[in-house]
Order: sequence, then C-alpha cells, then structure tokens
Amino acid sequence: MQSSIMNTFSSGTRLRDMIRAIRACKTAAEERAVVRKECAAIRASINENDQDYMHRNLAKLMFIHMLGYPTHFGQMECLKLIASPGFPEKRIGYLGLMLLLDERQEVLMLVTNSLKQDLNHINQYIVGLALCALGNICSAEMARDLAPEVERLLQFRDPNIRKKAALCSIRIIKKVPDLAENFINPAIALLREKHHGVLITGVQLCTDLCKISTEALELVRKKCTDGLVRTLRDLANSPYSPEYDIAGITDPFLHIRLLKLLRVLGEGDADASDSMNDILAQVATKTESNKVAGNAILYECVQTIMSIEDNGGLRVLAINILGRFLSNRDNNIRYVALNMLMKAVTFDAQAVQRHRATILECVKDSDASIRKRALELVYVLVNETNVKPLAKELIDYLKVSDHDFRGDLTAKICSIVAKFSPEKIWYIDQMLKVISEAGNFVKDEVWHALIVVISNASELHGYTVRALYRAFQTSAEQEILVRVTVWCIGEYGDMLVNNVGMLDIEDSITVTESDAVDVVEIAIKRHASDLTTKAMALVALLKLSSRFLSCTERIREIIVPFKGNFVLELQQRSIEFNSIVARHQNIRSTLVERMPVLDEATFVGRRAGSLPGAASTTTATSVSLPNGVAKPVAPLVDLLDLSSDDAPAPSSSGGDLLHDLLGVDLSLPSQQSGAGQSSNSGTDVLLDLLSIGTPSAPSSSSTVNILSSNASIEAPVSPLDDLSSLSISSRTTSNAGAAPVMDLLDGFSLSPPTENNGPVHPSITAFESSHVRLTFDFSKEPGNPQTTIVQATFINLSSETYTDFVFQAAVPKFLQLHLDPASSNTLPAAGNGSITQNLKVTNSQHGKKSLIMRVRIAYKINGKDSLEEGQISNFPRGL
Amino acid sequence: MIRFILLQNRQGKTRLAKYYVPLEESEKHKVEYEVHRLVVNRDPKHTNFVEFRTHKVIYRRYAGLFFSLCVDITDNELAYLESIHLFVEILDHFFSNVCELDLVFNFHKVYLILDEFILAGELQETSKRAIIERMGELEKVE
Repeated sequence: MQSSIMNTFSSGTRLRDMIRAIRACKTAAEERAVVRKECAAIRASINENDQDYMHRNLAKLMFIHMLGYPTHFGQMECLKLIASPGFPEKRIGYLGLMLLLDERQEVLMLVTNSLKQDLNHINQYIVGLALCALGNICSAEMARDLAPEVERLLQFRDPNIRKKAALCSIRIIKKVPDLAENFINPAIALLREKHHGVLITGVQLCTDLCKISTEALELVRKKCTDGLVRTLRDLANSPYSPEYDIAGITDPFLHIRLLKLLRVLGEGDADASDSMNDILAQVATKTESNKVAGNAILYECVQTIMSIEDNGGLRVLAINILGRFLSNRDNNIRYVALNMLMKAVTFDAQAVQRHRATILECVKDSDASIRKRALELVYVLVNETNVKPLAKELIDYLKVSDHDFRGDLTAKICSIVAKFSPEKIWYIDQMLKVISEAGNFVKDEVWHALIVVISNASELHGYTVRALYRAFQTSAEQEILVRVTVWCIGEYGDMLVNNVGMLDIEDSITVTESDAVDVVEIAIKRHASDLTTKAMALVALLKLSSRFLSCTERIREIIVPFKGNFVLELQQRSIEFNSIVARHQNIRSTLVERMPVLDEATFVGRRAGSLPGAASTTTATSVSLPNGVAKPVAPLVDLLDLSSDDAPAPSSSGGDLLHDLLGVDLSLPSQQSGAGQSSNSGTDVLLDLLSIGTPSAPSSSSTVNILSSNASIEAPVSPLDDLSSLSISSRTTSNAGAAPVMDLLDGFSLSPPTENNGPVHPSITAFESSHVRLTFDFSKEPGNPQTTIVQATFINLSSETYTDFVFQAAVPKFLQLHLDPASSNTLPAAGNGSITQNLKVTNSQHGKKSLIMRVRIAYKINGKDSLEEGQISNFPRGL
Repeated sequence: MIRFILLQNRQGKTRLAKYYVPLEESEKHKVEYEVHRLVVNRDPKHTNFVEFRTHKVIYRRYAGLFFSLCVDITDNELAYLESIHLFVEILDHFFSNVCELDLVFNFHKVYLILDEFILAGELQETSKRAIIERMGELEKVE
C-alpha cells in the first residue's frame, strides 16, 4: 500500500531521504543548512521546468513549510500541478494549494478555472479533490463562480461526492449568504439519504442554511421536522452496527447533528417543539451514560430541550441529567454540566440553586477550565438571600487560590459584594477582607467606591479605621489596603486613637497617636509603595499634623526628605506641606478639615450601579488630567485641593519674582460657582494679589475661606510666600458644594482688586455650534502688554455628556501660544458644568495685529468621536 | 465548526496543521506555539478543554502526541473529543499501530485521510471502514 504511494514521488525515496536528513540534524543550524540546500535544488528544478520531479519537489516543500521555513516560491508550482492531467499530480497540487496558500492570496484567483474544470471532470476522484480544496480554502469570489457546479454535485451519483459537495456548500453560503436560497431544495433532498456520511453532511448543511436564511428555516421546519424525528428514532433504536458503533451507540455523531438541527427547528415554534418531545424524552432517558459518546449525546439533547419551546417535564429531565453530570467523577462531564447550568439558570434558577454547594466546590477545583466555568455560574447564582454565605465561601477560598485565578476571583467577589450587600457594615467588612487578601488585584474603581461608601457611613468611621489599622498590621504588603488605610487614618485618625464610635462587636484597641503615624510612615517609606500611595500618605501626614499635635514635629521630619524626591509631584507636595506644617499652625486645622462627604448619588450615576445602594465620589476625583496629561495621583488626594501639577504661573514683572522665588503654580478655579463673581475676576484678583502683595481685607481663619485669610493675615510681609506654598488647582465640578476649593477661592473674590492693570477686555463667545459653546475671558499680565491670558470656558449645549474632551488651538507665526492643561476632560451635558482651560498668547506684533486663532474641539459622545473646528477672529482689539 | 486542527508532539513540533479559517502565516505560528503551551503541561486528570482566545481547544494526548481541535465556544466538546479518538483509530488502522514517525514520513497521507474525515471544518464521514476503503481506492488510482 505504501509503496504505491511512494511511486508518486517518482524515482524513489528522495522525500524520505530529505526527511531523514533533516531528522538527523543535531542543531538548528544544521537543519537550516539542509533545508537551504534542498530549497536551492528545488528552485533550480523549478527553473528548469523539470516536470518529472515537480510533485516530488512540492511534497518536499510542504514538509519544509511545516517546519516553518518560507516556501512561497513553490506557490506557482501548485497551480501548474493542479492544471496537469494526472490524478497523482493533481493530488499533490491540491494538497500544496491548501497548505501553502489560503483564500487571501491573489494567486488563488488563478486556480478558479482549474477548479471549475476539475469539478466537471469525468473522473470522480478528481472531482473529489477539487471539492475538498474548494471546501477548505474557498473565497467569496470563488464561491460565486463555482456555486452552480457544487449545487449540481449535491445530486451526484457517488455518495462520496455528495457529502463533499454538501460541506462545500456550507463554506459557500457562509462566504456568500445570498447564495443560500439556491441550496435549500437540494439540501432538503439530502435529509432523506440513508448513507450516514451524506446524511450527516446534509443535516449540517441544513442547520447552517437555517441559521442564515429564515426562508430555509421555515421550509425545513415545515417539510422535514417529522422526517428528522423519524430518522433520529430509527437511529436511536437501530440494532448494533459495527461500522458506526462507538461504545455501544450507533453513530453518536449523527445523533448529535440531528439533535442540533431539531434544536434550530424547535426554537420559537411550539408545533415543531411538540413533535420532537417524545424522541427527546427517549434519548434523554435511554442513552447510556457511562462513556463519552453517550454523554455527548445527552449533553446535546439537554441543550435542545432547553432551547425549544417549554415543556416542563422535559426540562425537569434535562436538569436531572445535568445534576448527574455535575456529580460525575470525570472532569470533562462536570465541565459541560457547568456550561449548561449557566443556560438553565435563565428558566429554572431554583433547580440550579439546589446544586449550589457542588458548584461552589467546583470553584475550588484544581483545573482552571472548571474553576472558570464554576465561578461564572456562582456569579449568576448570587442573590440577596444567599450573598452572605456565598461571599464568605469565595473570600475564604481567595486565601488559598492560585495566583492566576485571583484576579478573576477578586473581581467577581467585589462585584457580588457591591451588588447585593444588605448593609454598609457588611460591605465594608467584606471589602476589607478582600483588600487584605488580594488587594493587589483590586481595580481602582473598586477601592475608590469603597472609600466613597466609608465616607458616607459616618457612624462606621471609627469602626472602619480601627479595622483597617488591624488589617494593616498583618497585610501591609497589599498596596490597595495600604492606600485605603492611609486615607482613613488621615481622615479619621483621631477616631482611631480615641476609640470613637465603638460598636458592640468590636474589641477596643489602644493606639497612640504615634502608632497611627507609624502606619503612614511605613506606607510612605515602604519600598513597594507607588507614587499614588506615597502621595496619599503625604496628604494623610498633613492631615495628621493638625489632628495629632504631639506628632507634628515628627511628621515634618517624615515630610521633609521628600523635598528632594525625583518625582515632581512628591517633591512639590512635600515642600508645600512642610511649609504649612511649619508656619501656618493657625490655619492648618481648617485647611485640613475632614473631607466633605463624597456624594454617592453622582458616583452611582457615573458608575452605573456597580456599587451598593448609594456610593459616590466627587467629580473631583478624576485620575487623569485632560488633554492627555496623565496625573499619577490618587484622585482622592486631589480632594484636598493641594495638588501641584498645574501649569507654570503666568509671568510678569511682579509675577516673575514670585515665580522665580517660589516656583509657584497657580491655576484657577475652573468654575466659579460661588459668589456670583464675574468669571475672570478671580483670576485678576489672584494675580494682582500675588504680584503686588496688597493686603486684602483681614478675615478670621475660622471660615473655610482660608486662602484669603491666609494671604491677608501675614501681609504685607510675605503674602506671596504664603500663598505660593499652596498651589491651587481645582477641577471642574458639576457639584460645586463638594469641593472646598471653590469656597477658598471665592474668598478671593470678596476682596476687591486694588489695582487694575490696563484696560479690561470684554469676554467673547469665541465659538459656538449646536453642541458646544466656547467663551474667552481675557486678562493681561501686568507690565507685559504683549501677553494675554485667555481663560477658555467650554459649555456643553447638548444633552449628552462628552468624554475625552480635547481642545487644540493654532495661531499664526507672529503669535506664541501656550496651553495649560484643561480642568477636566469630561464635559457634563446641558450646561451642567464646564471645562476651563487657560491659554497664554504672546503677540509679537502687539498694537499692530489682532489675535487670531484656529481651534479644534474633539470629544466623544457615548464613545463615538466627534470633531469641531473653527476660526476665531473676533478677539477684542488691543490684545 | 472546527477552526483548525493541530497535531503536535511534546516538544511542540507540529506534525500536522490544518486551518479551516484564513490566518496569516505568522499568526499560524503563534497559534501553534500558544496551543502547545496550553496543552502540554496540563494534568491528565484535568478537562480536555481549554479556553483559547474566543474559542476553545479540545485536545487529547496519545503517547507523546497532542491532537488539538479549536472549535466554537458553543460546540459540543464531548463530541469533538470523541471525534479525535475516531481520527486516531483511523490512523492506527491505516498505518497499523501508528507512531509519530509514520506521521512524519507520510505526512501527505495523513492530510489525505484528514481530508476524507473532515472538510470545511465539519465532519464528513463517521465510518472508519468507509474512510479506510476510500483511501484504498485513492491509492489504486495513483
């Protein structure tokens, strides 16, 4: 038998020899050398157009191809072989075609004609070769060209051709669904076949037709349902047939294909479903379930029962089969059971709940495939009544689970806990367990949400901070736990030390002020802590410096070394905070007051219900600055409004001094929602204050208007110094009340500007479309008439929120433009907030030419990009 | 539908690779590498199913050879597992006690057998005897 095949490689054993030579190679280099030599010989032979050895050469090339070497130079040879008259040449040619080429290659176009001829060949073996190649690599164009041939071959006398043509038709209708209708009738005819090969391919073709064309579905349903039921019954009841027998079942594959087609027909049609009830019941009850083949049939049968129109009795049967599967010792069977129970949940959650314990065991299986299925199933099984025990089980398992699995598991637990938590204390407890066990797998939005919940649960502040303190003692390696702990100690450190708000369930602990500072110190000095954690720790220290007066000096010592930190963020914070701690005791306590309660409602809106009941964070917690400036700081830290990464201060003669001396950064409140001031007065006032050092009205430090008082109290000696130690920034917020900085800055506006630098320029509406309005407010840097500070304010005029908002501007050469980061990159709908962005324009032709600017505004609405462009030429004169 | 069939040894050498969906050459190598990594170290007691990208791989190990089928996520895993076995039985019958070397030296015949067993990603014939007979006929034509 083998020798006859070898003959096809003509003068002998060269293919064999080559394979031997390659196998004998000890190193990859040797192998490459052999392959190179062979390829050279094959190329030479191709160039000489050596017909005798062509198919042997191609066979060798295929082997070389399988080893991963490039063989494209043989592609044309495939086509030549296919075009040659003999079967052996064609056979190798088609094999090469399937192996070396695929449907995307241009060369394939050339083969369509040969295929057409071969499909019409009188030798049925050659027809078979062509069908096989077509079925495996046919492109849409070939499908259109050759569909009539294939359609005709569905009625060919030899069953071997009919079955190949049937599968070929599947490929064709998948490539070109429009062709489906031509195949419906011949396909239906195949369903009456007795030959298993033809029948199974015919059933498969009908299944695919029904999925593609409703016309086919209705026709097959009407004409064939009863016949298919009969065929399945005959098959199920057929006596032993050695040819098709697998583990005592006659042709399980055909069983499965038939059940699948019945499923397609029964779905959404009560009559069809009805007519197959009996046979499904028979298959479900009579099939042997001790071997893979039988279980495969049962599995398919269960799927069909669950998909077709409801029949209570059958579904009970199906659920019982799955129950049996689930307790099977074979992992494969348990896997498919979990898979199917997932679908069963939708119509009989109760029945699936009964298996909860077993499913939970599967979550702990050593096989990742089973674990994954089981976890997903548990996830859909959780409800308000069982969330407590299930979450407990999962969290307990988290402690021992595989590292690879922890990410998935953690995400699911967090989601379950958040979704079904019956009360806040339970939620906080569970989250604390999760972040202690697998904090490093917890996503940012999850711990942000946790902080929002904590912030809102005022009666639990003390409890939470104490629990975190305890957890920190054992799990300090979990970054997220460290962050949450540090934040809570910063906010509620006094409650920790004084055991405020003890609950009955708690044991009291003794924590000194110094112990609490220890935690933050560990966090900040911990090698593994990242920037966010360190920044959060700095803020916590600042807060503690006023809560724990006994530790003030120590806190300052912890902060000071960060003055030399390479990370600008930390360096600047450290300098600023140090200054606050050292010099401004009188205002410190107000400055570092507890954060206002984060608004759960807005948070829920943003997170679309990923949290229990109500949870939120202020909009000020955006992690990244707009315009692509990544801001590696924990959003919550920003709430302190002492962030420091805003744009360089505008410089002017007065301002330069300030700038040079202190490196101050001042960016302005983006939305002055407070005291009805004009939108640019704040800017001017602040600038004026800074550049001139004018004392403003004295005020008490007991209000939140710290900055204004701060500026004035020590004036006139060092107001600049004082102010500059805080760089002020704020984010656009739709919720003005939530951000104290608004108040802080409003304080400024109360103190009237004492000096006006040059003419005031009216604000303009620079750009307006139906979606967005852009207004410019102007101010001048004193002593520098060429430079204009433009505050751009964007208002959303539509009812959709814009995300990824980016503003770009371009100016002619005589202008210089500098853009500061925008206040946000999200623009709330319907004018419910705005984005502001400062621009600094320097006009080198001041007094001669007016400003002019082209702008481009890009944003996303529901993830879809939108772009607006315009030119602004209505700048006030004299800028 | 079967996306591709791979036959690899424990070292990851591909002995047969049949793709029923078009893939770039480089992508094929990547797929072969990844599938091998997925299956080679799995505990024999574990399931024969591994999720692979958006599909799943049904594999079965015979001595040092891994037969892997990549199928749609909704396909009947057990049925494909059984079909791998049927394919191996056919090979075993054809080569009488098949071993890896048979598949190396007669790779073109293995492809021929596969083409009689599976076409366009679907089962074509479920009778071992029919396929062996067909192979006999084809060899006569040669």
